[in-house]
Amino acid sequence: MKKRFKHALVIGASSGIGAALVRQLASEGCRVAALARREDKLRELTRDAGEDQVITRVHDVTAIDEVPALFQEIARDLGGLDLVIYAAGIMRPVAFDEFNTEADLEMIRTNYEGAVAWLNPAAERFGAVGRGCIVGIGSVAGDRGRSGNPAYGSSKAALDTYLEALRNRIARKGVRVVTIKPGFVDTEMIAGIPGLFWVISPEKAARIILKKASRGVREAYVPARWRLVMAIIRRIPSFIFRHLKV
Amino acid sequence: MLPASRLEWIQGWGESQGAAAYLFRPSTIGNLQDCLQLARDKKISLVSRGSGCSYGDAALLPEGICLNFSRMQRILAWDPSTGIIDVEPGVSLRRLWRYVLGDGWWPPVVTGTMEPTVGGCLSMNVHGKNNWVRGTFSEHCVEFDLLQADGSLRTIRREEEPELFNAVAGSFGMLGIVTRMRLKMKRVASGMLEVRAVSAPDLETMLRLTDEAKDQWEYVVAWIDAFPGGKKLGRGLLHFGRHLEKGEEPRPEQSLRIENQDLPEELFHILPKSSMWRLLKPWTNRVGMSWINRLKYLAGATIGENALYQQSLAEFSFLLDYVPNWKKIYSPGGLIQHQSFVPVNQAEDVFRRQLELCRKMRLPSFLAVLKRHRPDDCLMGHGLDGFSLALDFPVRAGKRERLWKLVAAMGEMVVEAGGRFYPAKDAALPGEIYRSTFQDGQIEKFLSIKQEMDPEMRLRSLLAERLLGIG
Repeated sequence: MKKRFKHALVIGASSGIGAALVRQLASEGCRVAALARREDKLRELTRDAGEDQVITRVHDVTAIDEVPALFQEIARDLGGLDLVIYAAGIMRPVAFDEFNTEADLEMIRTNYEGAVAWLNPAAERFGAVGRGCIVGIGSVAGDRGRSGNPAYGSSKAALDTYLEALRNRIARKGVRVVTIKPGFVDTEMIAGIPGLFWVISPEKAARIILKKASRGVREAYVPARWRLVMAIIRRIPSFIFRHLKV
Repeated sequence: MLPASRLEWIQGWGESQGAAAYLFRPSTIGNLQDCLQLARDKKISLVSRGSGCSYGDAALLPEGICLNFSRMQRILAWDPSTGIIDVEPGVSLRRLWRYVLGDGWWPPVVTGTMEPTVGGCLSMNVHGKNNWVRGTFSEHCVEFDLLQADGSLRTIRREEEPELFNAVAGSFGMLGIVTRMRLKMKRVASGMLEVRAVSAPDLETMLRLTDEAKDQWEYVVAWIDAFPGGKKLGRGLLHFGRHLEKGEEPRPEQSLRIENQDLPEELFHILPKSSMWRLLKPWTNRVGMSWINRLKYLAGATIGENALYQQSLAEFSFLLDYVPNWKKIYSPGGLIQHQSFVPVNQAEDVFRRQLELCRKMRLPSFLAVLKRHRPDDCLMGHGLDGFSLALDFPVRAGKRERLWKLVAAMGEMVVEAGGRFYPAKDAALPGEIYRSTFQDGQIEKFLSIKQEMDPEMRLRSLLAERLLGIG
């Protein structure tokens, strides 16, 4: 199998898309550093992919102070770095009439602040060496202000804008910044939510994401049909959108 | 934390390989000791990099500290009566010859480009077109100061510690960092050489002429057209050069002036040479290069046949500097070079098979150079009584794997014939092939010296890791 990347860092690798990305990269011969909070999940990854191929660090992305030194340590231990994927993300179930500030801020800290903390040093590094690829896992939920989960949607919207700004900063230096917007992926995040459609497996999502990353596209919906759906949804006038239960 | 601002993408000269490393430019021994301490604190390694002229991964170390010697290029002492010069490792061959020529001296061993630093030349123990006569670079080094991995400094003199001296020279910088060296220059009566150009229609003639010329001429170098097969395989042009003796030139003081040695800025007095690579780039493919090689041979074999002329030392010695940035013709993939050293009796057979294999795999060398060599005393030396064939290959997308296979296959032929390889040029040779060219116990001896002098493996490079497993 062709090795598209040599050294990758996946932040948020304990399950779902992140874990699938680590497995996919490792199977291609890429050395991967997997970061997550849950040590048992990380152990599963090294058991599956081999300790030579995957190194792990237990890390909570809200522990922002740890990031600069850990980032450098990981690059050293991998022997280089050409791909950084921010896949950490949480979605707290929120009732329609619920306003839970603590739960909302927790999502923002994980989905957005953690991304800034990790992707800033990645952007600095890749900008300095004039190469590399940054992938941020956003969401279709970030495209509109849906009533269902204001903080989750806005954290992904903020990530989307942040990634676009990074791209505008460092693409000219030869760095690819890829925004991924998955639809419904069969992960712990959506477990138990009724009425979902077009659900794809994390493995399929990982395959598509790595394909898009190696091509260096700016933005990709996963699967691609969501691009059309979201193009329509984005164009729905606000006075109509507010009446929709999405 | 290592300063992120020091992180740079560093490439081998061939630009087919690179790595991100933290670049430091020490200007004193104290600075170097600080870098060593920093590496120890951060549990990382260091690699020394001169001008970055090694083709492959000799000066690459991912995530390590890369020491750039551009601020350590002082001439410390020069005695024009003896030709003894003390220099810092960052002094380039360019600076060296320009410094000594006016007093009637010339570096006894120079590479095909004047850009390498003397530190790099000693580390890789380079050779020139006069290898048969003068040996390798280290043979003209009298002593050097070595900063060891533990931060201590010691002077190593050839006469006092020949074994250690010859272990450090040609060790790819794995045993310490040279901070000063004393070199012995060669007396020259003139800044001019007498050059003879002849052609050889096939490989057998090429090897015979090269061998015959080695005792009559100081410099012997042959260019081979690597494209044709059959009877024309190995055809090419030879150039022999010798220094003009006292009395042969009416006004030698003129040719010893550096301004009379400088390479011309333009080709045919019109074309700026700095743009030449742009003209060559469209021809950098199999068909284009085949024609360029063919025309070069035909011109040399007809108009230039048996020509006898005078040429300045710099013009003859530094052919690779004729077209600045010529490597850019190979962008974006870059190039690799493979140089095999084969004993006299096996050379024709091995080189023939190598050239045929290149043709068979449709990966012909765009530039091929043949030289005559003698053995050297270095523990990790590459010299032997025989010939070397250096082959340049473009690295193209989709053909990289095949090219690496070709290099390995050519390497196996060299091993069978009892040959050697030249690490300064190498980028792709598998370690087991390289190691099998040494006698029993030789590699182990080197590694035990490494273990003794640098037990924490602070000094590393991708090349040393690939070829010797250091890392």
